[in-house]
Amino acid sequence: MSAEENSIVTPRVAVNDLNQSFGELEVLRGLSLHANKGEFVTILGPSGSGKSTFFSVLTGATTPTSGDILVDGSPLSASGDHLAFMPQKDALFPWRRVLDNLTLGLEVQGVKRAQARERVRPLVPVFGLEGFEDAYPFELSGGMRQRAALLRTVVQERDVLLLDEPFGALDALTRTQMQAWLEKMWEEFRWTVLLITHDVREAVFLSDRIYVFSQRPATVVAEIDVPLPRPRTIDMVADPVFSGIEATLLKILLEGS
Amino acid sequence: MTRTTATDKVAGILGPVVVIAMILIVWQWYATQSGLGADVLPSPSRVWEQGWAARADLWANAIPTLRATLIGFALSLLVGFLLSVLLDTSNIVRRSVMPVLVVTQTLPLIVIAPLMILWFGFELLPKVLLVAFVTFFPITVSLVEGYASADRDAETLLRSMGAGSARIFRSLRFPSAMPYFFAGLRIAITYAVVAAIFAEYAGASEGLGIYMQLAKNSFRTDLVLAAVAVSALLTLILFGFTYVVERLTIPWLRLYRRAQVSP
Repeated sequence: MSAEENSIVTPRVAVNDLNQSFGELEVLRGLSLHANKGEFVTILGPSGSGKSTFFSVLTGATTPTSGDILVDGSPLSASGDHLAFMPQKDALFPWRRVLDNLTLGLEVQGVKRAQARERVRPLVPVFGLEGFEDAYPFELSGGMRQRAALLRTVVQERDVLLLDEPFGALDALTRTQMQAWLEKMWEEFRWTVLLITHDVREAVFLSDRIYVFSQRPATVVAEIDVPLPRPRTIDMVADPVFSGIEATLLKILLEGS
Repeated sequence: MTRTTATDKVAGILGPVVVIAMILIVWQWYATQSGLGADVLPSPSRVWEQGWAARADLWANAIPTLRATLIGFALSLLVGFLLSVLLDTSNIVRRSVMPVLVVTQTLPLIVIAPLMILWFGFELLPKVLLVAFVTFFPITVSLVEGYASADRDAETLLRSMGAGSARIFRSLRFPSAMPYFFAGLRIAITYAVVAAIFAEYAGASEGLGIYMQLAKNSFRTDLVLAAVAVSALLTLILFGFTYVVERLTIPWLRLYRRAQVSP
């Protein structure tokens, strides 16, 4: 079996029968899903469905009641050093200049600050942050802050990116721009991505595959492929395939609530 | 908008000057009109005159007071910080220790100060201890509140990066607490000089406190008030100094606040 075939058989990240309860409150029930190497997978669900709890299990912040999480077939280690997390709010530190925010993950890993900067620098123009290295985060626009937060995430060079509603706080126009930008970046780097969102259009536009979560306790109610070609462009929104998937997803979400 | 800020700045300097001038004018007028003796109510001009004449004495006594204040305050910072770290370790520790700290702040200084002298003598130590005792509390409380203000998302983020508790404290909780700390610092510093003077008043060989007591005993009310003015000046200088230190250590805060105000 070739390495390439093997990577198709063994997903980059696999979640098997994950359960999570806090006392009486059951949040996740028998969740199973996976993402292959270089695949963009989205978790779509209503607000309060436990999407963020799911991510906090993946980052190691919460220990699951039961279930397995496998990265390349081996259990997720306690240190959780396979996954890079981008929180809902950008969580950029106001006392660190942009460049020092970007190196944060590497510094935590024990990389010397000067070395960390050298690793981050080449990516700064790629992420459209050139000239803002020495600015403070609160001096940036909302879109730039999210780009900085994403760069801080990817520079850790982890196997999987976990993006928790990264564009939720942006205005509609900026959000659309950022989605197109993220798609372009993904084309270039082919990260393995798990994205959480409740924005149906965002899910269809960006994903190879979409898992739909139910209301709490969250369970996978649908798994939908998005067979649209890449690179994706804004005018695909009018494509009948696009709108068909959008309608299907909306229907599932509305029926579930 | 720059015109408004310029106007604000002028008002910020002119305002207090006008208010203080008005108080002095009324005081001068009343002191001369009322016929009260200089031993009861000296006029501000007399306080200034006699204070200036006694400037060598005042200066010689301000130095020990300033020394006790600064050393005591340094001790207060150290103790205040260590206590804040202790209180931050767990909720149980915080709930157990905090009431004890609150009780220390209810003890009447008028009792504590003579006891300090009785236990630790007339030298520097009791003054330093009293200054620390009076000022550590706002420092500890502001730091503890500041740690708690740390962004939860940022903490989750650091944990996902593999950070342990020490790293989270150093990289997130401590920097988050800095704006709170400087607010607490400014409250603490206004008590510091008064505490040093109080300790000297209870027993000392030199310092503004003992100077005031001696001047009072010889009915030199003008010199008492001159010493009070010197102690107020010391406090104002130390208070202003906290802004300098704040600007040097956390330069981002001023820019951050400005960014929050402007749309």
